[in-house]
Amino acid sequence: MNELVPTAAEAKQELLEIYPKKVRRKRETQILANDPEAPPVIGANSRTIPGIITQRGCAYAGCKGVVLGPTRDILQITHGPIGCGYYSWLTRRNQTVPDELGPENYMTYSLSTDMQEQEIIFGGEKKLKQAILEAYEIFKPRAIAICSTCPVGLIGDDVHAVAREMKETLGINVFGFSCEGYKGVSQSAGHHIANNQFFKHVVGQSERTVEGKFKINMLGEYNIGGDSFVIEDLFQRCGFTLVATFSGNACYEDMASSQQADLDLVQCYRSINYMAQMMETKYGIPWMKVNFIGAKSTAKALRKMANYFGDAGLIDRTEAVIAEELAKLTPVQAEVRGRCEGKLAMLFVGGSRAHHYQDLFTDMGMRVISAGYEFAHRDDYEGRNVIPTIKVDADSRNIEEIEVLRDPAAFRLRKTEEEKARLAEAGVLLGDYEGMMPQMDKNALVIDDINHYESEKMIELYKPDVFCAGIKEKYVVQKMGVPCKQLHNYDIGGPYAGFEGAANFYREIDRLVNTRIWKMITPPWLEKKNGESGPPLAARGPHHLAHLSRLAPEDD
Amino acid sequence: MRKVAVYGKGGIGKSTTTQNTVAALAEMGRKVMVVGCDPKADSTRLLMGGLGQKTVLDTLREEGEDVDLDDVLRPGWGATMCTESGGPEPGVGCAGRGIITSINLLEQLGAYDEEKNLDYVFYDVLGDVVCGGFAMPMREGKAQEIYIVCSGEMMAMYAANNICKGIVKFAEAGGVRLGGLICNSRKVDNEREMIEEFARRLGTKMIHFLPRDNDVQRAEIKRKTVIEWNPYAPQADEYRALARKIDANSLFVIPKPIDMDELETLLVEYGLLGEEVAEEVEEVEEVAA
Repeated sequence: MNELVPTAAEAKQELLEIYPKKVRRKRETQILANDPEAPPVIGANSRTIPGIITQRGCAYAGCKGVVLGPTRDILQITHGPIGCGYYSWLTRRNQTVPDELGPENYMTYSLSTDMQEQEIIFGGEKKLKQAILEAYEIFKPRAIAICSTCPVGLIGDDVHAVAREMKETLGINVFGFSCEGYKGVSQSAGHHIANNQFFKHVVGQSERTVEGKFKINMLGEYNIGGDSFVIEDLFQRCGFTLVATFSGNACYEDMASSQQADLDLVQCYRSINYMAQMMETKYGIPWMKVNFIGAKSTAKALRKMANYFGDAGLIDRTEAVIAEELAKLTPVQAEVRGRCEGKLAMLFVGGSRAHHYQDLFTDMGMRVISAGYEFAHRDDYEGRNVIPTIKVDADSRNIEEIEVLRDPAAFRLRKTEEEKARLAEAGVLLGDYEGMMPQMDKNALVIDDINHYESEKMIELYKPDVFCAGIKEKYVVQKMGVPCKQLHNYDIGGPYAGFEGAANFYREIDRLVNTRIWKMITPPWLEKKNGESGPPLAARGPHHLAHLSRLAPEDD
Repeated sequence: MRKVAVYGKGGIGKSTTTQNTVAALAEMGRKVMVVGCDPKADSTRLLMGGLGQKTVLDTLREEGEDVDLDDVLRPGWGATMCTESGGPEPGVGCAGRGIITSINLLEQLGAYDEEKNLDYVFYDVLGDVVCGGFAMPMREGKAQEIYIVCSGEMMAMYAANNICKGIVKFAEAGGVRLGGLICNSRKVDNEREMIEEFARRLGTKMIHFLPRDNDVQRAEIKRKTVIEWNPYAPQADEYRALARKIDANSLFVIPKPIDMDELETLLVEYGLLGEEVAEEVEEVEEVAA
């Protein structure tokens, strides 16, 4: 593979150059040249330095926006001033289809207590109760969740006490989340808070018996752009019985009976690994890391699942489905590969996505030269084996850890240690995640919590063909002449999961990196005065803005 | 118009001292408004002859936006004007935010307007400066001079020192200054000397030493200031003296809060009598070394 210019070490120097000493010292540990054989220790899940334009979100966004949001029939009330509720309303493009178990869909509504100055001063519990009663009158939901915003924690409203009282009064499940935005260093805190409360108040609440063979839960799949639909279809064709997804296209009843599954699949490891571990402790359900993003990784995940159950018929059906899907996908892959091979990609997104989407780029023959997460912890980069060495700091201690014990009545050991060991030998590793770094190229730059300055610098240095991030980065990046693909909400696209989704992604990235639009437009500031056009944008190189001072004399 | 805020440790006698002093100022012919900044709404009880005044925040909550100044600003003894911010019941909501809202509303309603011809506004603030809301009277020029009520007791002095830290914080932005310490005596040994020294170290002065006198409590039971209850009581003269000193005060400083060790040494030096002193000082010096 061609050596990159500049090298990772040179690029790192360039990125750090501008920083004052203390900032540099911190960022040095968060920007690393990768070594897949021996992943270096990365600084992650630590506070963003004030003044830096970070990609990160808040705990409320992590709890309500990510984990709780995609559930259609848990009525979600945001307790706080109106902004938080409004701006977390359907922004992640989670899709859902009501069914018999969960015929209601409240996702299209945004409910908020619309806290005013009066409630800040005198307390908002009364208004919250009133909101719950009103919401119940209108919707008669089977469950209500209360999400706390910053002022709730500051003035000390006890949302859990209100939830208990309302649960008693209404006879439905009502539970609260202390997911005030200021908690933790990023939205990661909110995921953890959501996991804890979902586990305490929802999992195991249903008496329903789930029929079917090869029962699984899909954790960390949020049905953005319809991903869950594709995955569900694969499961169904292979013969798996999906009990619950946390929480894409899911309903309350699914999740309340999820303790009956025999295997937990963990996709977005960062946002949901807590749930998998708690379910294993309490109910004896093992979990495996899967990734349904990318053709190879989808096939690998399906095979691992089939081998876990070890049923010959299941394995055969799974192989047949993979073969059928690959037959359709391979020509598409080959076609885009011809145009995309060798092109460069950068991904800075999520706590798992920056890893997962590398598989799609690899499928296309593209090269990921730099990647990093917004809110990940060290294990997301280096793998779970580093967990014992992760320093627990004051910020992490502020996030509640709940103690989970084996439930003597509901616990059922699915796999003994011997069985697990045999599976591991056969390549079916349970309860483990190796992280992003072992899969990335040697000397690719791994950057945790990248900021706007560093993003611009990276684009200037490497002129990537595509940059993957979120809405806060999108237009800054595109103004630099580089296409930006949002991997939080997929822009208007998707699904990208499974084989069908992979085809969508290949085609879309093909269009993005091979578009001639940049060659066809001349920005107004480069137009010649007498009406004749100057050279098009692309001729200037992607980073025309940074070079503007150099360009100016040529135009005169 | 002079804008005065009275701070001090909880229970030190801020409200009592404020109202008695305000009564003396009123007697001198000064036009005074008292703004109670305590959720308990008991800062104007002696001037109003009892509780029961509707607070600014209660009125705001009940009447909505349409609040009249007359609804919340009531005449008290000696042509004073009295208002209470009010606030949430204990353990609920945010009293600090309440004070901010309340003072802003009073301003909007014109409580401070020139045609009111006020000579003084007194803010009587709950306890310590625990958070942003309670510092509100200090901020943005709402109060210009601060008096801290304290005694020779350790925690009262500690609170006074802490309040000074708050003043320093807002002194540059808001122009607030410390006008002095008022010693509300608890009959601690060497109290007068100790508070004088404490004030000196803070860079201010003890503006007055109020001796302990049960007439204050007798008047309080009658819901009156001492001056109203018995204008000839010796304690009435003490409040008159304090009022005159405040009226004539011209020493307004940015205080220099002292550190804990210094405060404790001060207590040892002044708080203990006779031969114990030398011994204790030695001990403290040893510990410090």
